[in-house]
Amino acid sequence: MSTNQVNEYRRRFMAGLGLVTGATLASNFVLRSTEAAELVSRPDNEPASSAKRWGMLIDVNRLTEGGAAMVEACKKEHGWGNDPQSSAEQQPQWMRVVKVTDKTTQHSFQLPVMCQHCANPPCVDVCPTGASMKRADGIVYVNKHICIGCRYCMMACPYKARSFVHEPLKDQKVHSPRGMGTVESCNMCVHRIDKGQLPACVEAAPEAVIFGDLNDPESRISQAMKALGGKQIRADLGLNTGVRYLNI
Amino acid sequence: MSNKAMVYSEVHQSGWGYYGLLAASAFLVGLGLIAFFYLEHTGHHATGMTNQIVWGLPHVFAIFLIVAASGALNIGSIGTVFNNKPYKPLGRLSGLLAIAFLIGGLMVLVLDLGHPDRLIIAMTHYNFKSIFAWNIILYNGFLALAALYIWTMMDRKMQRFYKPAGFAAFFWRLVLTTGTGSIFGFLVAREAYDSAIFGPLFILISFSLGLALFILITFGLFHWTHRTLNDELLTRKRYLLALFIGAVLFFEAIFHVTALYAAEHTNFETFILLGGSSYSVWFWLGHVVLGSIVPLFMLLLPMCRGRVRSLLMASGLVVVGSFIQLYVIIIGGQAYPLTLFPNADVSSSFFDGVINTYSPSIWELMLGVGGVGVAAVMIVIGVKVLRFLPVSLAQADLGQEPD
Repeated sequence: MSTNQVNEYRRRFMAGLGLVTGATLASNFVLRSTEAAELVSRPDNEPASSAKRWGMLIDVNRLTEGGAAMVEACKKEHGWGNDPQSSAEQQPQWMRVVKVTDKTTQHSFQLPVMCQHCANPPCVDVCPTGASMKRADGIVYVNKHICIGCRYCMMACPYKARSFVHEPLKDQKVHSPRGMGTVESCNMCVHRIDKGQLPACVEAAPEAVIFGDLNDPESRISQAMKALGGKQIRADLGLNTGVRYLNI
Repeated sequence: MSNKAMVYSEVHQSGWGYYGLLAASAFLVGLGLIAFFYLEHTGHHATGMTNQIVWGLPHVFAIFLIVAASGALNIGSIGTVFNNKPYKPLGRLSGLLAIAFLIGGLMVLVLDLGHPDRLIIAMTHYNFKSIFAWNIILYNGFLALAALYIWTMMDRKMQRFYKPAGFAAFFWRLVLTTGTGSIFGFLVAREAYDSAIFGPLFILISFSLGLALFILITFGLFHWTHRTLNDELLTRKRYLLALFIGAVLFFEAIFHVTALYAAEHTNFETFILLGGSSYSVWFWLGHVVLGSIVPLFMLLLPMCRGRVRSLLMASGLVVVGSFIQLYVIIIGGQAYPLTLFPNADVSSSFFDGVINTYSPSIWELMLGVGGVGVAAVMIVIGVKVLRFLPVSLAQADLGQEPD
């Protein structure tokens, strides 16, 4: 190997190191605490608008225990996680912390995984009745009034984000009714967004998550993604997810 | 129509034998209904199905029956579409079996829904991008066309529609089975599926499974009602059955070889083919050896091939082998975890990265056999009240029949 080549490698390495440092600093700058300032409530008589597309950017390096607090907040908000008669495998999980270790490099990280609110959601394509739906503002969820419980959307979802309710339920949350025999998943706290509030999980991890309008180039989430990127899980599937990650 | 000279009659037996068979079939329906009411009341937590294995034994039964339905119609099509005269007298029975199997299969599918009470929604809210929604149309259309096909064979005034109805039913059943296979073919996220080959593969499974069931049921009905079934006509089907078995293996082989070639699917193929799971044993011993190789020997070896008993045993093994094949496809395919991050170990509270296990409960089995019961009841009553069965096949076969 010639001296020139060694120098070339050294230069590239130093440049890479500089990029990483820069990105970390930028991340500190952009990912300051989340505010709901960009959100406005949607009047009841107005439909959701396709001018907006809600999304979130999660920096996994800034999460504690991979976002366990986000999962707990989701459980509390929607009342899932303790269906008494269901086995562990039958318990619905709208969101979970996944630990990932690369087999070659042994690099390891944890991240919260829930509905990724795809722009091209397979769960919506396969649903026979249209119960699995994408709202105009990009939120993917289940219309529980017309879900027949066929579970085809669960077969289709690449992220295992959907769960089926295996037993009769009592004392459900008024803002988030769950029902036996229907499929459910993260709905991005649509009831809160419509009131101009942040999703419960975002509120639980303000230092690590930015929530906002992906269609607005000036929004904080768009600015942050422009500066830092925003990786998708299974990007190869071309689903264009609304939930993006940093440092995965 | 070709079978002018052929005489058909209702089944005249009405003793203990007939009502015993009817009662046994109705008993199975009863088991299915008990399971349905129980699950509808308590929820699916009583089953072995979970949020990891979302489709279970009922779906295996349902798809088994639906695939068999389109295959059963083939005997009619061989007579009508391919103008193979000896098979024309069996066209009516072929149509009856097709309708009975399809209704049995659909019953299991519908009664396993989380909300079977919302069936009307499935009929009124269509998402036309969904292959499931298309299948609802395809199933209903198939029932209508099979009924029309039978009508053209039974009513002299309708005879002029016999050919068009037969062609339409044949075309429709090919589309229908492609649709059933595409339920899996369109699942882009799962390594076990996500392949266009599921359409043609399911068509071929329907050919072999439908023919095998048709052979067994025809033989049973003719002997039970003391009618003459020309053994040569029956054993003529051995080459056809062997061809279908070989074709299923060929398509299955293409699917797995293609997957083995891609590094991303190596782990899944190891899991399903190379002893990574009990599904490998089911696949090789159940589907390939017992359900394909052994029947092929029985059908083709000179010492066996002329015997009706070999044909019946081969048909029985094909039926069992097809059921196992569908079990491996449906359950085995879900048992393998989704790949969120390639070349990484993943774990979570939601069983990410884990080979999922499935133990069906008695309720799922009851629901499944309930569908078989529905098909059996329809066949047993059908042949009793309408003229589905030829009185004798001794003369009218083997090409002497006027066209």
